[in-house]
Amino acid sequence: MADIEESQAQREAVEIDRSKGDFKFEENYAFDAGIGLTASTIDYIVKVKGEEEWIREFRQKALKVFESLPMPTHWATEDLSNIKFEDIRYYLSKGQKAVRTWEEVPDDVKQTFERLGIPESERKFLAGVEAQFDSEAVYSRMKEELEKLGVIFCGPTEGLRDHPEIFRKYFGKVIPMGDNKFSALNSAVFSGGSFIYIPKGVKVNQPLQAYFRINAENFGQFERTLIIADEGAEVTYMEGCTAPKFETATLHSAVVELVALKGAKIQYITVQNWSANVFNLVTKRGMAEEDAEVRWIDCNIGSRLTMKYPGVILRGKRARGEVLSIALANDGQHQDTGAKMIHAADDTTSNIIAKSISVGKGRSTYRGLVHIPKTLKNCRNNTECDALLINEHSRTDTYPAISVRGQKNSVQHEASVSKVSAEQIFYMMQRGLNEGEAMSLAVNGFVNDLVKEFPMEYSVELKRLIELQMEGSVG
Amino acid sequence: MNAVAPAGTGVLDAALQSAETARYRAHDWFAVLRQQGWHSFQSLPMPKLSHEKWRFSDTRTLSLADYAPAPEPTEAWAELLIARSQLISDAAGLIVHIDGHCVLKPSLSPELAAQGVIFESLEDAIKHHPALLKEHLLKHPVGLGGDKFAALHRAWLRSGYVLHVPKGVEVKQPFVSVTWTLTDGVAVFPHALIISGEQTQAAVHDFHFSAKPDQRALAISVADIHAGKGSQVHRLAVQAWGSATQSFQIDNTCGGRDSLISSVNAAVGSRRARLENAVRVEGEGADVRLYGISVASGEQEFDQRTLQIHAAGHAKSDLLFKNVLLGKARTIFSGLIKVEPDAQHTDAFQTNRNLLLSPDAEADSLPGLEIEANDVKCSHGATTGQIDPAELFYLQARGIPLATAQELLAQGFLEEVLAKVGHEEAVAIVREMLRQKFHQA
Repeated sequence: MADIEESQAQREAVEIDRSKGDFKFEENYAFDAGIGLTASTIDYIVKVKGEEEWIREFRQKALKVFESLPMPTHWATEDLSNIKFEDIRYYLSKGQKAVRTWEEVPDDVKQTFERLGIPESERKFLAGVEAQFDSEAVYSRMKEELEKLGVIFCGPTEGLRDHPEIFRKYFGKVIPMGDNKFSALNSAVFSGGSFIYIPKGVKVNQPLQAYFRINAENFGQFERTLIIADEGAEVTYMEGCTAPKFETATLHSAVVELVALKGAKIQYITVQNWSANVFNLVTKRGMAEEDAEVRWIDCNIGSRLTMKYPGVILRGKRARGEVLSIALANDGQHQDTGAKMIHAADDTTSNIIAKSISVGKGRSTYRGLVHIPKTLKNCRNNTECDALLINEHSRTDTYPAISVRGQKNSVQHEASVSKVSAEQIFYMMQRGLNEGEAMSLAVNGFVNDLVKEFPMEYSVELKRLIELQMEGSVG
Repeated sequence: MNAVAPAGTGVLDAALQSAETARYRAHDWFAVLRQQGWHSFQSLPMPKLSHEKWRFSDTRTLSLADYAPAPEPTEAWAELLIARSQLISDAAGLIVHIDGHCVLKPSLSPELAAQGVIFESLEDAIKHHPALLKEHLLKHPVGLGGDKFAALHRAWLRSGYVLHVPKGVEVKQPFVSVTWTLTDGVAVFPHALIISGEQTQAAVHDFHFSAKPDQRALAISVADIHAGKGSQVHRLAVQAWGSATQSFQIDNTCGGRDSLISSVNAAVGSRRARLENAVRVEGEGADVRLYGISVASGEQEFDQRTLQIHAAGHAKSDLLFKNVLLGKARTIFSGLIKVEPDAQHTDAFQTNRNLLLSPDAEADSLPGLEIEANDVKCSHGATTGQIDPAELFYLQARGIPLATAQELLAQGFLEEVLAKVGHEEAVAIVREMLRQKFHQA
């Protein structure tokens, strides 16, 4: 009984629908790197953050890489060319330091997150919370007992400054700055994000959470996250994102690196609900050592264009990688998502399950990469992608790439495209549902087995979000 | 952009190309077509690995230098190879080419001739049926990345055949074309133009052979099929060029309303072979089946690119490509199903299965879907794996040696596609070719 009550409480906790996110506060920033990106923008960021010289060099080098790389429009959508890098503001902060008590958070920022339900949710069930407002974290708190166990949960600036022996070794190693144009951009101007270290054998039962919020127009958010789970450690991390609806396009380009050492488990959950003018171009990759497991659970509902292909490099024997992905593309949206599984050791297994729903003129795309080189044996991959098309002009694409060599390796890939059958809708309408409700129910049924993988409070919220998105899509 | 060496030799030699084109002065439309081919060949860049349509291909070893057209073969060779071309006993007609020269013109039965069936060498058809050719020759767009090679084919177009089955005629026996390469370093550009009129039935068997097993040659073949309303077209294409050949096969099919098209592409030869097979479903009720079968061994690279375009609704297409890989061989299967916005009620399927029999072999799959209509059933599946150890054990336990057991199971794997050929004699030929590959490796 108590469990039910608790879950109901949680249900109310994480409120993240789009209308809730559509508000903004006045912009009065103490630190503003101005518009456009040059070497001096980077010097400004380094100065404001008080970073060491090696970070400045890293950033400046990344800027050169970013400038030298072409836009990947030879395979990706032309919509990328609509990003005006010269009109973006790369660093904005109120000069805040991440505070540890909610009362210290500035009022307007506090209201922002209170409207989004952050403090309550933390009180209810989270082990730690970080909330980022534009470029910097405004609030960061973790349960004391975790701190005693040696868990570190901070931002990149603090992480690299206070714990270089832990973070520097892996920083930029899972995703090198030159991995792609947007990882280079992030490496040049990164600010905010979570640096997490879970010591050997520590199992964090409750999830850690970060909340990302863009408040200013034309702003680019470039958070950087690095999570290291030491041998035998376990952690679940959740992130949510919102932004108000601006007239002009906004850019979010994060880099997320996960390192699961021997026997460790990392689960990374994203519910992305950016408003429909955000370009969301994110590079996410995990590295799994022997017997380790990296699991990405990814849900994309918002943004104008999302390009995100979480990957796992299976570096140690018996490592396991998984990507579970849900994408919902409505009018004006393109969810270009997928997964990468790079097998680099024997006996490694990977699983990808992707489901997408295209509504109205929405377009969803799955891109996948499964790579098993010739030196390996007993590797396995299973990939399933299912697409549901709701309206006449909805669109879906599937572009997997599978490359297999070696001994006793096997891969299987399956994809299907379908629509909600008229019989199903008819059946439900006969039983008194209206067409919209029937469609919602059918769509929820389609994603149900994946939604179950999300933590309870998120899965309830997801279902509600999907219902909202489906409103008015039929009839 | 201009990737052609200024002083080219052989097929890259502009003077040679235009001298040959000049021979078609009497048929200026054809000379213009060749000239256009040469110009676009020169303006198109060589493909690069970074090009999505060439992903996984070994583009570095692509080279067109050192291949040249060859003179007519000696009579002795012609006789020998014509004899070796008698593969299908019930053929409705047989045409044989050696090094791009027609050495055996088909002779049709009087009944077929009386029904208006045309089965002629391209050279003859240019003279006899210019209107038909002007309407259909090289009218399909090339969409799978091989534009430059298709342009070179057009520039050097000379040999091949034209099959036209007029409205209402049904021919059960297959039309057979056998194309040989003989001279070392020869470049050949075999063309097949198949036009089936309304409510017709026709079958075509295309065999591509080299006279010597380790033949070095460049072969760029193009086959265009125009399947008319309610027509049935069955095609078997066998690629068995010599082991030092670079081959490109660019097939384009247009399916009209209620047409039934099936094609089987069997591949055993070439050092590297690229197959581009595009089908455009243009009429409702069409039913298209594409099959591929190959055994790749040694250092062979089989690069298969397929496209199923549904421009009209209420139609079906189904694709199944099966590859067995031995040695250091590599296969690339890249298939795309494209359903255009108004093609509602489309059923389109695609399956690629690869059997790796060697740890050094590599199978790459790029199955793709682009769906712009919602009321469709579309799926693709791709698997790559080994022979089931339980099945191997079963056979071994009954005294069958490991190698034989593997071969038997691999052949069983391929049999599913062989069954689609629908002509017993042809099946036996292909089965034997596939079988031999296991023993070469």
